[in-house]
Amino acid sequence: MSEIINVQNLVKKYDNNFTAVKNLNLKIRQGEIIALLGPNGAGKTTLISTICGLSSITSGQIKVNGLDVIKDYRKTRELIGLVPQELALEPFEKVINSVKFSRRLFGKKDDNDYIEKLLIKLQLFDKKNNIIKSLSGGMKRRVMIAKALSHNPQIIFLDEPTAGVDVELRKDMWSIIKELKNEGVTIILTTHYIEEAEMIADRIGIINHGELLLIEEKKELIKRMSVKTLKVKLKNTLDIIPTKLKKYNLKLIDEGKSFLYYYNTGKERTGITSLLSDMNKIGINLFDIQTEETSLEEIFVKIIKE
Amino acid sequence: MNIRGIHAIYRYEMNRSFRTLIQSLVSPVLSTILYFIVFGAAIGSRMDNISNVSYGAFIVPGLIMLTVQMQSVNNASFGIYFPKFIGTTYELLSAPLSFVEIVIGYVGAATTKAVSIGLIILCTSYLFVDLDIKYPFFMFCFLLITCITFSLLGFIIGIVSDNFEQLNIVPMLIITPLVFLGGSFYTIDMLPPFWQNFALLNPIVYLISGFRWSFFGVGDVPIFTSIIFMLIFTSICISIIWYIFKTGYKIKN
Repeated sequence: MSEIINVQNLVKKYDNNFTAVKNLNLKIRQGEIIALLGPNGAGKTTLISTICGLSSITSGQIKVNGLDVIKDYRKTRELIGLVPQELALEPFEKVINSVKFSRRLFGKKDDNDYIEKLLIKLQLFDKKNNIIKSLSGGMKRRVMIAKALSHNPQIIFLDEPTAGVDVELRKDMWSIIKELKNEGVTIILTTHYIEEAEMIADRIGIINHGELLLIEEKKELIKRMSVKTLKVKLKNTLDIIPTKLKKYNLKLIDEGKSFLYYYNTGKERTGITSLLSDMNKIGINLFDIQTEETSLEEIFVKIIKE
Repeated sequence: MNIRGIHAIYRYEMNRSFRTLIQSLVSPVLSTILYFIVFGAAIGSRMDNISNVSYGAFIVPGLIMLTVQMQSVNNASFGIYFPKFIGTTYELLSAPLSFVEIVIGYVGAATTKAVSIGLIILCTSYLFVDLDIKYPFFMFCFLLITCITFSLLGFIIGIVSDNFEQLNIVPMLIITPLVFLGGSFYTIDMLPPFWQNFALLNPIVYLISGFRWSFFGVGDVPIFTSIIFMLIFTSICISIIWYIFKTGYKIKN
């Protein structure tokens, strides 16, 4: 996949001298879904704002499709659709007019067929003549997406698209995002919901204090960072961990009826075979074994803490 | 140039006015008619002519100026402030629009509304007074430039304001007194000598005087002074807007 966004050494400093983004480098590939995770105030929205033209850049460069976002702002902005975090809509306008207005701002001719299809896709067609004020929060969120897609962008930024929405709508949003990906749209979303990133993203970036701590393929990240837990239930209770098994850093639980062993699936050897073999050698018999996998959430918390 | 983008803003703003037609059009026209009835018909019939013009006719240019200046400022300031208030400026800033194009869209719409109101008031005034416009072309140009300039001023107020109170402070506490004291209902030479000189510090005097000259061929100050002053005022507004967009003041983070 070719690269569609290239952020180089981006620094964003506000007037109060607060540095929201610190020398950030990021490359986003065409057609992928990238989820940017990070706590509040990490710099996610600032990063998006600088790419989309809402914030000025202190230093560094951002290229979209090979073009500089400042020098060639017209061409780069044509490629981008933005759904901000807040529900920012003209309350007294009709849905259809609001969506058409967004398209016209991008210098595009009216295309009623396209807008109609878009509204159908987002389940807004029945509401097209409704005043925005009369819509539910979920419907307003869909209108925001329709407006962002009204000019047929190649890239869409979704800043916490499912913040404060119910589970059903969140799942609807995920299916809309996946559908957009299938149409070749590059999607960059920021989220607090790790589950969201886990469900839909191809790559995951973690931002904290204005720095990109990591960016990696979701599967690779989970594989590399995940620590599995092996819970071994014993036939006979142990008072202490035998000396021969100390090297495995086992943790005795359930009053000696079980112990836990932590291993990394990303490594060549997990150590499970040798553990079981050593247990056998010293005559400890197992009753049952269970494994548990680390979630992306645990990985995220671990990285942020580090 | 993103002509469709400019047109989108312009159309959007005009539609907003049509949605609130009573507030946008009927209200200012009705207020001005009341001025005509009170000052023109009731009080004016008992007053002497001023520069060979009946008092009723004399106040027409002043009343038009009074209304269009207020309307230009109010329309343009609200036009840009409301998107700021509801957070929809992100759409303008993320669209392929230059700052000049954004200003043309908003100021263009505010100017159109103000000029329309000015012309409606002018037409309405024929119902109350005999009026003969000496320089109609100049009158229209003066009206247009005044509306553009005050719309630019309104745009600046809309950008700078952080809340509705601030949005109303400049029009209410500065522009309204200046317009009322700028010779809408009298000539400067009707004031005591001290206040005559003081009145010349009021920039609105030059605009009303110039506009009145286009109607009757007479004004409080020479027409060229009015024209020069108007151009200076317009240039100052353009310079401030240029600075705002160059620095992103109160627009960009």
